[in-house]
Amino acid sequence: MTPGSIAVVGAAETTRLGKIPDMSVIGLHADAALNAMADAGLKASDIDGVATAGASPVEIAHYLGITPTWADGTAVGGCSFMLHVRHAAAAIAEGLCNTVLITHGESGRSRVGAGGFGRSPSSLMGQFEMPYGVTSPPTMFTIPVLRYLKARGYTVEDLATVSVIQREWAAKNPRASFKDPISVADVLNSPMIAWPFRMLMCCLVTDGGGALILTRAERARDFPQRPVYILGAGESVETPMVSQMEDFTSSKAFRVSGKKAFAEAGIGHADVDHLMIYDAFAHLPLYGLEDLGFCEPGEAAAFIRDRNTAPGGKLPLNTNGGGLSYMHSGMYGMYALQESVRQMRGIAPAQVPGAKISVCHGVGGMFAASGTVIFTNEAP
Amino acid sequence: MDRALPQPTPETQHFWDGCAAQELRLQRCGECQDSYFPPRPFCPKCGSRQVEIYRASGKATLYSYVINHRPRPDMGTEPHSIAVVELAEGPRMMTNIVGCPQTPEALVLDMPLEVTFESFGAITLPFFKPAEA
Repeated sequence: MTPGSIAVVGAAETTRLGKIPDMSVIGLHADAALNAMADAGLKASDIDGVATAGASPVEIAHYLGITPTWADGTAVGGCSFMLHVRHAAAAIAEGLCNTVLITHGESGRSRVGAGGFGRSPSSLMGQFEMPYGVTSPPTMFTIPVLRYLKARGYTVEDLATVSVIQREWAAKNPRASFKDPISVADVLNSPMIAWPFRMLMCCLVTDGGGALILTRAERARDFPQRPVYILGAGESVETPMVSQMEDFTSSKAFRVSGKKAFAEAGIGHADVDHLMIYDAFAHLPLYGLEDLGFCEPGEAAAFIRDRNTAPGGKLPLNTNGGGLSYMHSGMYGMYALQESVRQMRGIAPAQVPGAKISVCHGVGGMFAASGTVIFTNEAP
Repeated sequence: MDRALPQPTPETQHFWDGCAAQELRLQRCGECQDSYFPPRPFCPKCGSRQVEIYRASGKATLYSYVINHRPRPDMGTEPHSIAVVELAEGPRMMTNIVGCPQTPEALVLDMPLEVTFESFGAITLPFFKPAEA
């Protein structure tokens, strides 16, 4: 893909977010897809490419009445949608299709029409991790963190500070699940989930969805919304077992994906006006700032504590409130992408004035996978 | 509710047979000498199929962990550790630390550990406990 040659021309979340017990998973996909098509002024018959995770692209295409010439069911966890954006851009550039719809819908809280998290007891995770009580993200994603804190000299207060500052962003967002201010003491006094993680260091569990529509940049001016161009993207995967991460203090998938995206976009860190780092738990923004190269190892906690990522700071981070305060259906990557698109369109509730470049970085599984998309609102 | 138990595959059977015999078995590459885990019939570092199974020392250090406070009826009623240990031979593995209080004060990173085994029907799981001085 030539940087800037593919654009997002439609973007929307589900009409509601939070608790949606009257809609199933497929219904959430469809609600988001219809909203995105309305946003772009398109009908299902105008779409010829479909990508999704959590459901099959076959289900989504059939349900919406789309006849695709390209389909992508890459499912590597919550960053799957970053990978879909990258794959879709390549597919459009190659002429495999013209207009791609990427959908997400998840009944994370209400579990209506939702599948299970089950893994086979003969899988590597089933044999070598699950017997020890490892089954859900709060006891998996958190496993490397005590080693990370020790290696970097960070503290549980540093983890808590991430949650506190993201709540400041959430307070500016009417659609955020949690908006009331919190202090470091509030975080450290919230119920213990899995030492060293307290409840307010863990993401929400909500229902919702989102969808994006991509096409060639030269067509983008024909659509009603301000086009948001894709400057670069990256992806990688490391291991399905968090215990087998090469380095507990750094995600290889983050490093590979981020480096690829920055190289393709041809930008430096100083060019970035807005940043999203998928925050399933409070340690993710710390790893992300280091592994993407915004901070040297060991400097990320002070960078956040010194309010560089807070409202008014030089690198606004997770401006929707993040998975910690905005919403988290299970595969949050789509909501990070939606916030980047809003910021580039200039319509975010906590808009970063004059922002021209947004980096959106996702994680899949427990440091298992990663995807990075770099957007701009400046025409190529 | 019972603990989630592994279902061995042909590529991992030797490991679980070893646990039943109170042995922690690792694999080592015959060409590059790399020790690795989890089991597979080739070296993940160099790709060689010339690998051997050997009995590991059972010594390890505490690499990282959490103490789960959420209800897990299959894991008992009290908060319990879920840990990654670094084996003396190099590889890391997930386990529970047993034989000591499940508290941050008792579970200190880099503390020396040794393997211990417990049977659950046909399956024996390796756990780690503080090493005896």
